[in-house]
Amino acid sequence: MTTATTAAARFGRAASRVPDLVFRSTSGVLAWTTVAILGLLAILLLLNSGEVLGTFGISFLTGTTWDPIAGIYGALPFIVGTIASSFIAIVLATPIGLLTAIFLAELAPRRVAIPLTFTIELLAAIPSVVFGLWGVFVLGPFLSKTVEAWIVSTLGWIPIFAGPPFGVGLFTAGVILTLMILPTIVAISRDVITAVPDSQREAMLALGATRWEMITKAVLPYARSGIIGAVILGLGRALGETMAVTMVIGNRPQVPQSVFDSSQTIASQIATTFNEASIGLQTSALIGLGLVLLVITMTLNIVARLLVWRVAGPGEAHT
Amino acid sequence: MTAGTVAVQPSIAARLTGSRVGRRRTVVDRSMRTVAMLAAFLCAAPLAAVLFYVAANGIGALNLDLITKAPRALGIGGGAANAVVGTLQMVPLAAAIAVPLGVLGAVYIAEFAGRRSARIIRFCADVLVGVPSILIGIFVFTFLVLPFKQFNGFAGAVALAVIMTPVVMRTTEESLHLVPNALREASLALGVPVWRTVLSVVLRTGLPGILTGTMLGVARAMGETAPLLFTALGSRVVNVGDFGRPMDSLPLFIYVNARQPVDALNQQAWGAAFLLLLVVLIINVAVRARSWGRRIG
Repeated sequence: MTTATTAAARFGRAASRVPDLVFRSTSGVLAWTTVAILGLLAILLLLNSGEVLGTFGISFLTGTTWDPIAGIYGALPFIVGTIASSFIAIVLATPIGLLTAIFLAELAPRRVAIPLTFTIELLAAIPSVVFGLWGVFVLGPFLSKTVEAWIVSTLGWIPIFAGPPFGVGLFTAGVILTLMILPTIVAISRDVITAVPDSQREAMLALGATRWEMITKAVLPYARSGIIGAVILGLGRALGETMAVTMVIGNRPQVPQSVFDSSQTIASQIATTFNEASIGLQTSALIGLGLVLLVITMTLNIVARLLVWRVAGPGEAHT
Repeated sequence: MTAGTVAVQPSIAARLTGSRVGRRRTVVDRSMRTVAMLAAFLCAAPLAAVLFYVAANGIGALNLDLITKAPRALGIGGGAANAVVGTLQMVPLAAAIAVPLGVLGAVYIAEFAGRRSARIIRFCADVLVGVPSILIGIFVFTFLVLPFKQFNGFAGAVALAVIMTPVVMRTTEESLHLVPNALREASLALGVPVWRTVLSVVLRTGLPGILTGTMLGVARAMGETAPLLFTALGSRVVNVGDFGRPMDSLPLFIYVNARQPVDALNQQAWGAAFLLLLVVLIINVAVRARSWGRRIG
């Protein structure tokens, strides 16, 4: 918990005899293994995607055609699909998640906050493939008849909201992702809001502020970088989420024109075509996609961790 | 840690003035607090919805055949024994790799490492948790499948272990920080060597936390599909003990069967999903309920 920074090196000096040194170095090697795995992961993805990067260079990122038969690999459709579906998720999940975190940390009495927090944590435990199954057979058909039909009939004249809604596509994927990243956003925002010192709240209330004014003018500004971090961590999760998205997004490898189009994300393209891919350029191209995803998610993760650490300290925030 | 609420009368000023501005502020306060409450309940609703539909659709398909019979070679019928058996082999093997790695790694961070290296390792573990699981699958594919030209259950278990390790490590580390320093000092003062102190005093005291981390890691690994697609691959036959060949798992079974345009196979997917969800949620509820008082209180 909060003692993480002060607790380092408890036995640092005490370990001097041979068995102790052996024990210490064994555990050290195992601990650094985690670091090595991360490094090795990046290196192996880079090495195995060398062929496609060498052949296409930067046009691998900007090309809109992905045609294994012609041997042309452009990743743009999947990059657009990934960003679009995650964007929908962030737009929906940020306000809902932040309001929930505010409610849990500031407003709810304990007997309400505890079971609610528990429920939302359990939401994070549902396996992705179960979300996918539910998304295909329950959520998708429901959305196509209600929300999607309504959006098409009111905003359908705007090209990106043009129908027809099938219940499969970017929008459904975005909604599923919303549900999957909400627990992350709620848990971490709640942690950073809780970490705001009470003196901030007391000063605001003493000035005659209402509870809500206290939250928006004293608590949220103080916790801002941590909340941004929480949202970025949620975004990182959404970008890399595979199974549920694969099952509801429609798997069409073209740049989507409307939010109701079938599409494909980087992760879902890898999931659906990797096993059929012939070893060589096609596999290399898919691993290249993986490398793009790794770079994006790792960057976001590092930025987000640093932001959360600024508010809550390094011991917190690991959801 | 406090729950962060301050017991102060809200909006004294707003009520005292009674002016139009004061009333408006009170109305904004009340309505936004209600909106926040509604958002919180909206957040909890999907869990109920998923639980309800998985239970409603899965309960009919969840029977003894599902657990004991293999899928028929052709056509429909049979069960998910291949998946159950695969999960029961790969997840324990993954735990056998991940638990020593995670627990001893955490011992190093919490007990031995200098502040800088502790931070680096902790940071990498956190980043590793955030790496999309499908990339873990590709990563393991490149060195455990590609060289042998054979999808295999061992690669699947390794991929799951990579996912479990940081979870176990971070939870264990937290529980080690909660072990009072006096226990370490007392043990050292009795002349017990450091390694014995760690094993029989520190780790034993932190055991509940370590079990929590392990069980959460197991629950997570059990539900993972993406890292198994290119490692264990999945299998229609029941594979007992042959880690050199493809293995199935419950999530893989759900994924494959959900994509078939056959109602009976979809039904099996719901049954398997119900079984998986039941196990995962029971583990989570049991583990979290136990550590709940400590974390919130």
